Amino acid sequence: MSVQTIAGVEVNISEDGYLEDMTQWNEEIAKEIAKEIGIELTPKHFEVLNFLREKTAAKETLTIRGVGKSGIVNIKELYKLFPKGPLKFSSRIAGIPKPTSCI
Amino acid sequence: MKNLLILGAGTGGTMMANHLRPKLKKSEWNITIIDQYKTHYYQPGFLFLPFDTYTEDQVKKVGGKFIPKGVNYIQKKIEKILPGDNKVELEDETLDYDILIVATGSKIAPEETDGLIGPLWKKDIFDFYTYEGSLALRNKLRDWEGGKLVVHITEMPIKCPVAPLEFAFLADSYFRKKGMRDKVEITYVTPLTGAFTKPTCSTALSYLLKEKEIHMEPDFSVMEVDNDKKALIDYEEREIPFDLLVTVPTNMGDEVIEKSGLGDDLNFVPTDHNTLQSLAHENIFVIGDATNVPASKAGSVAHFQAETLTDNILLYIDGYQLKKEFDGHANCFIETGNNKALLIDFNYKTEPVHGKFPFAGIGPLKLLKESLFNHWGKLAFRWIYWNMLLKGIAIPFVSRNMSFKGKVFDIKKEN
Repeated sequence: MSVQTIAGVEVNISEDGYLEDMTQWNEEIAKEIAKEIGIELTPKHFEVLNFLREKTAAKETLTIRGVGKSGIVNIKELYKLFPKGPLKFSSRIAGIPKPTSCI
Repeated sequence: MKNLLILGAGTGGTMMANHLRPKLKKSEWNITIIDQYKTHYYQPGFLFLPFDTYTEDQVKKVGGKFIPKGVNYIQKKIEKILPGDNKVELEDETLDYDILIVATGSKIAPEETDGLIGPLWKKDIFDFYTYEGSLALRNKLRDWEGGKLVVHITEMPIKCPVAPLEFAFLADSYFRKKGMRDKVEITYVTPLTGAFTKPTCSTALSYLLKEKEIHMEPDFSVMEVDNDKKALIDYEEREIPFDLLVTVPTNMGDEVIEKSGLGDDLNFVPTDHNTLQSLAHENIFVIGDATNVPASKAGSVAHFQAETLTDNILLYIDGYQLKKEFDGHANCFIETGNNKALLIDFNYKTEPVHGKFPFAGIGPLKLLKESLFNHWGKLAFRWIYWNMLLKGIAIPFVSRNMSFKGKVFDIKKEN
C-alpha cells in the first residue's frame, strides 16, 4: 500500500493501483485514473461507475453480467466504454477493489 | 414442538444436521433435512477423476449414511420457500419452520452461455464440476491424441476458484507421464487479470505457469462458443481456438432460490458476511455455496461457517445477539502436478501468505510453497471429509477463524 496524490487529494493505493478506501474517491480522481489508462470519461461512464460503487457499498458481488443487466449498458457497450478488461478498468476508475479470485 | 428445516444435504447441510442434533433438545426441536438426491458426492474428487487418479467409487457415497439419528431425512424436490409464511413447499407436502437453514449450494449453468450446449457438448467440450461431466472427460482424455486444450472460466464467482488452475497443472503432468506433452498446447482463459490476482500469490507462484508451459489469456469474457470454428469468442471478437475445451460454466444458486425471490442475479442469497443470517429474514440462515458472501465457495469454508452458524442459531433461539464471528476463513490445498501441492490459508481481509501450518514454525504443511507433503495432505483430506468433516467433528488444531501464528509476511511486490 502507498499514499499517492491524485487530482490534488491524498489517497491510499493498493499494490496494483486500486483505491483502498472507496470513500476517498471523487469524480476528479476518476478522470485522472481514467486518463492514465487511456479512457476519456463521458456521462455514460459515470453512470456505470456509480452503479458499481452502489453495488460495492451494498456488499454485492460485481459481475460483468450484473452490469449487463443493470439497464445502463449491455455487455458489448460496457466493453466499448472500458476496452480490454471492462471490470478491471471500471473498478479501478470507480475507486473500488480489484475483482479477484482467492489466489 | 418447534421445527428447524435444513434445505440441502450436501456438505453444509449435512454438517449442520450433525452439529445441531446433539445441541437441540429432542423434546423441543424437530430437525428435518431435505434433499431430492440420494448420492453424496465428494466434489473435490471431480478434479482427480478425469486423470484416473480416483475411481468412481472414491467420490460418491449414499447420503443417508451421514445424516445423524434423530433427524428426519426427506428425499423430495423442494418447490418453493415462502418466507412470509415460514413454510417450505415440497413436491407433495408443505412443511412449517421456525428456523430455516438454506444449504442448497451452487451448480453449473451452461445454458447461460450461447453455444456451450451445442453439437460439441460432451464431445469436445466438457465440464468437470459435475460427476457426469468429470467422468465423460476422463473417457475422452483416455484416448485423446492431443491438440489445443483450453481450460476456461466463464465468469466469477465459481465454486473452488482454484480448481481450473489445478486442472491445467494436473493436465500438464498427465500428458507428460503419457509421453505426449509435446502434442498438447495448454491455454488457460480467465475473465480476471491473470491466474493469480492477489499480489502475494502472483509474486510467489507465477513461475508455475512458465515451468508448466501453460499459455495465459487474461481479461477474456466469453460471449459465445462457436461450434463450427471450434473457438471461444469474447465481446471484443477475440477468438481462442480449441480442440478440447474444458470449461467452468457460470455458477448459480439453486432455482428454488430464484422461485422464492430470495436471491441475487445469480440466485445466491444475500447473507450477513459475519453472522450468516440472511439479510432479508431473521429466521433464515445460509451456509456454504448458497450464500453471496465474498468467501471462496469451498468445503473448508462451509466447515468453518458451520461452527459459527451453530453458535449463532443457539444464540438466536435464546434471543441473544448473534456473534459477528465468521471472517471468511478458507484453507485449501492446490494441486500443482507431479505429486506436489500448495496450501493456502486466508480470509476476507488477509491474502495467502508464507508460513507453516497448522503448528507455527513446525508445520508440517508449508503455506504457499509446493511440497510433496501438501499433496499427501490433499489426498488424506478425502478420508477427513467422509469421516470427520461431514460429521461435524472439528479438525484438530485448525480454528474457525484464521490464525496469524506461524504466518510470515515476507512477500514483497515485484518491481
